[in-house]
Amino acid sequence: MEMAERSYEKFFRQHRLPHMWCPGCGNGIAMKAIVMAIEKHPELTADNTVIVSGIGCSSRASGYMDFDTLHTAHGRALPFATGIKMARPDLHVIVITGDGDCTAIGGNHFIHSCRRNIDLTAILFNNSIYGMTGGQTSPMTPMGKKATTTPYGSVARPLDPSALAKAAGATYVARSTAYHVHHLAKMIEQGLNNKGFSFIEAIVQCPTAYGRKNKMGTPADMLAWMRDNAVMKEAWDKLPEEKKQGEKFPIGVFLDSRYVDYATAYNDVIRAAGGEVK
Amino acid sequence: MKEARLMQGNEACAEGAIAAGVNFFAGYPITPSTEIAESMAKLLPKNGGKFIQMEDEIAAMGAILGASLAGSKVMDATSGPGFSLKQELIGYAACAEIPCVVVNVQRVGPSTGQPTAPSQGDVMQVRWGTHGDHPMIALSPWSVRETFDATIMAVNYAERFRTPVILLMDEIVGHLREKVVLPEDNEIVVYPRRKPKKTRAEGYQPFAPDEDLVPNTANFGDGYHIHVTGLIHDETGFPVGSPKVTEESIRRLHEKISRVGEEIIHTYEYFMEDAEYAVVSFGGTARTAYEAVRAARAEGKKVGLLRLMTVWPFADKAIARLAAKVKGIIVAELNYGQIIGEVERAAQGKCQVLLCAKYNMQTFEPPEIRAAIEKMINGGKKS
Repeated sequence: MEMAERSYEKFFRQHRLPHMWCPGCGNGIAMKAIVMAIEKHPELTADNTVIVSGIGCSSRASGYMDFDTLHTAHGRALPFATGIKMARPDLHVIVITGDGDCTAIGGNHFIHSCRRNIDLTAILFNNSIYGMTGGQTSPMTPMGKKATTTPYGSVARPLDPSALAKAAGATYVARSTAYHVHHLAKMIEQGLNNKGFSFIEAIVQCPTAYGRKNKMGTPADMLAWMRDNAVMKEAWDKLPEEKKQGEKFPIGVFLDSRYVDYATAYNDVIRAAGGEVK
Repeated sequence: MKEARLMQGNEACAEGAIAAGVNFFAGYPITPSTEIAESMAKLLPKNGGKFIQMEDEIAAMGAILGASLAGSKVMDATSGPGFSLKQELIGYAACAEIPCVVVNVQRVGPSTGQPTAPSQGDVMQVRWGTHGDHPMIALSPWSVRETFDATIMAVNYAERFRTPVILLMDEIVGHLREKVVLPEDNEIVVYPRRKPKKTRAEGYQPFAPDEDLVPNTANFGDGYHIHVTGLIHDETGFPVGSPKVTEESIRRLHEKISRVGEEIIHTYEYFMEDAEYAVVSFGGTARTAYEAVRAARAEGKKVGLLRLMTVWPFADKAIARLAAKVKGIIVAELNYGQIIGEVERAAQGKCQVLLCAKYNMQTFEPPEIRAAIEKMINGGKKS
């Protein structure tokens, strides 16, 4: 690969690398997709962009990225990010979270961030498991899959955060996978276009805590599973219902709409109170 | 001079916050603190700030920490149950050294307890509620005007020490209405946000302590590319799994506050000149204690009052001096007995210590504290 194509590397804190993720982990791919997307937006600079993360494997990404970065408490990245955005609406705020961080402990914050349409771009690294703590089930673990806390297989239906985001009021919702890295970067890049709450689910492989327990093979096998089961949204919509069964899932943009974001809407409050809009 | 106003304690807290430069408030409704959020919702957008009602108390705490890191002066207000929920992020603020003020207008607990009824049952929760070792500053005002002043002081301490500061109110003072004259703007001293003293090129480190052991951490958006985490970190801000760094870091968190000693420990004495006995109290209860002591004095009893405005760090020296001087101390507090343990520790057995406790939804009546004073004078024994 030519060096020019890796110019996004300037957004990494080289002195913090190599990262702490397991060999074959998909988080690094998703992190790379984020900086590739940032690079497509010249208005986002290392000085005016803040990366906020929660707790978990996904959320260690913030420490490797050369911006102002904030590694918050478990589940709370979105409230912290909301405070940053309200205090400094001129800053671009990107949130990195995981399936446990966002949809379990942080579920309520996720709903209300969507509802307010606060101008954040949230990327959920979905590895279907609690990796940092050694492989416990998450709200996004598929039915029947094993985890250390579902040793006989999960019997609870997994949450679909994209459907939830749409229902709760997010204005941009998309999904992609670590296999489709350029597509994933494109999904994030489009999310950054939206002045409102943008949600992108990035499906990533966890070979150590999830794949191993569920006999999913090597990291390459897990990536191949993404290749074989992800269906582009346009094609997915044309599929008959019986073809949507099994492990197949759609990727692409599920929603791209426009609605006033919360910090902008709050300017009406300032005006009504007789204050000065900055 | 400013005009006298009839004002509630909770309103005075909001006014004090504005005077101190608070420009971001996130909250969640809970009685008896709600008027603070309501006042901030009205005042902030008029005064160049922003208010947001979050989805829960934890989110409100997260939002103020984010806003603080982005350069705002921040406050959040709640009562017992909400304060319990905020504890993890109060610890986060202590570890990551994020200036913030959290107001706790205490009500009867545990759990949902007796909403709206007054209590001082969170004194220990305020000090020890979050996991791990960290110091705490908590101020407990006894009047509406002092609530205004204490709120400014809380914001200033939060900024100066880059630490969470608790304004430990109680329902008595929160819902108390008094005539107050607020100070002129030029009488109010505001501690500004600390600023980096070096550039990145000069080797700036966001968590390197200044001479006063407090770091001059840059705000987000100032071009410093800082990393903030609740993991134990070194002066770079990045986590390090080192026993040495961990020990130094936890020690510095304590010493940056303990080194200023008595400077931030505000206690007030009443009728203490020739006192042989003393009541120790704080917050709304100190008002009743004052009446009880005044009545006892009118009968010639040599009794005084020591009021703790700073509840944490604890007034060890003031209590030690008191214990060396008087025959007995009566601790009046609206709970089952919390701060008495601290008083006994600081008194080191130099005098008798008697608890005057109440935990039945009602404030003290002066005769109840009078009775405790009589019991101490006549019996001199611990209850």
